[in-house]
Amino acid sequence: MRTTRVIPCLDVTGGRVVKGVGFVDLTDAGDPAELAQRYGEEGADEVVLLDITASSDERDTLISVVERTAERIFVPLTVGGGVRSVEDARRLLRAGADKVSMNTAALANPSLVAEVAAIFGRQCVVVAIDAKRRQGGWEVVTHGGRRPTGLDAVTWAVLAQRLGAGELLVTSMDRDGTRSGYDLELLSGITAATSVPVIASGGVGGLEDLVAGAAVGGADAVLAASIFHFGSHTVAEAKSAMAQAGLVVRPS
Amino acid sequence: MTTTARPRIAVLDYGIGNLRSAERALVKMGADAVLVTEADQARGADGVVLPGVGAFGPCAEALRNSGLESVALRALEAQTPFLGICVGLQLLYSGSQEDPTAKGLGAFPGAVIGLPEGEKRPQMQWNRLVATRGDSVLMSGDADGSWVYFVHSYAPVPGPETVATCDYGGPVVAAVESGPIWGTQFHPEKSADAGLAFLGRFVAACAKEN
Repeated sequence: MRTTRVIPCLDVTGGRVVKGVGFVDLTDAGDPAELAQRYGEEGADEVVLLDITASSDERDTLISVVERTAERIFVPLTVGGGVRSVEDARRLLRAGADKVSMNTAALANPSLVAEVAAIFGRQCVVVAIDAKRRQGGWEVVTHGGRRPTGLDAVTWAVLAQRLGAGELLVTSMDRDGTRSGYDLELLSGITAATSVPVIASGGVGGLEDLVAGAAVGGADAVLAASIFHFGSHTVAEAKSAMAQAGLVVRPS
Repeated sequence: MTTTARPRIAVLDYGIGNLRSAERALVKMGADAVLVTEADQARGADGVVLPGVGAFGPCAEALRNSGLESVALRALEAQTPFLGICVGLQLLYSGSQEDPTAKGLGAFPGAVIGLPEGEKRPQMQWNRLVATRGDSVLMSGDADGSWVYFVHSYAPVPGPETVATCDYGGPVVAAVESGPIWGTQFHPEKSADAGLAFLGRFVAACAKEN
């Protein structure tokens, strides 16, 4: 049996949850630990916490946010942002993260993915891929979509899996913050080429987008931020929409 | 939960992964849980929890190098309540296809094998438990049919100790029990209220030893 996970995402900067369009225009959405607890109680299958600024001087802030958040939920917690070394990954795991997500650092230093996987196991290694459409496919981008890498997103996904990623978090930077739905073709492209779980991200505007991410895009988990933070929908509503569409979800 | 006699549970901390959630969940369910890094710290414990994430070989090796393997072996021999979680369950067996040269604790004779072909590995999702034996304490209460969180690529071959399975390309062992020796392939500490109930039953079993 294959069950689709529903994952609220907390984009954090300076210890607060924020959400903006394409990673700019940030609006305050609350305390991460408090929101995580609420989502846990509402039936979230996991929580993802991404530090979207993650400059090195803010790392201690992130550790304390992770500690406070992990204390209040009994579902898996993935943390990303600023993981540049095995030591960074270790600190996050010790603080209470179950998985660490790597993005820019994995691109700059692919062997980091392999090292973290070898030491802590593939199950706790998530590689986050931010992708933008270009002619004939998608390009991996960094820095909130501002910096192109020239690398094909599907190629990178396959390589990341080979390096040791146990899961891929795929965000369409064309769709992120637009509420126009996931980039389903991007998801299909990556799920077809890889065999590890794929989390769909970027662009959810309504419950039908979550359904499509799994049913059409083939994603194993669907991630959203603003529809949950600003109260448009609850996790329970998301799950019942998915169940009605014939997807298997853990009842909340 | 507050009790006057909280059972003391030693969570073996041999340097693998995030153990704080297991510790916190046990405390929440009424235990005096402590992360132990040295064998002496586990002396007199009413119960032992053996966590484990990652691969079988590195876990078996780290457990041995930490000096905590003796704590596990003593607890198994003395029939002290014992709970192996995820790779901790797999370590209750003699060995695993994942790392054929690595040696487990050998409490159960069976083998640990890869998940069925054609399914994604790891199984990283919530799945529903199916109780397979009527006399299980671990699977008592409303455990049958409950939803719990799995992250694994290997699982034991079903044997007489199997008390629950989940469906993942066929029945896959999800929980084992033989007297006071228990194991869960899923993560009870990451399985919300349903998971906490399993830890509550383990804490209760340890309290009897107290």
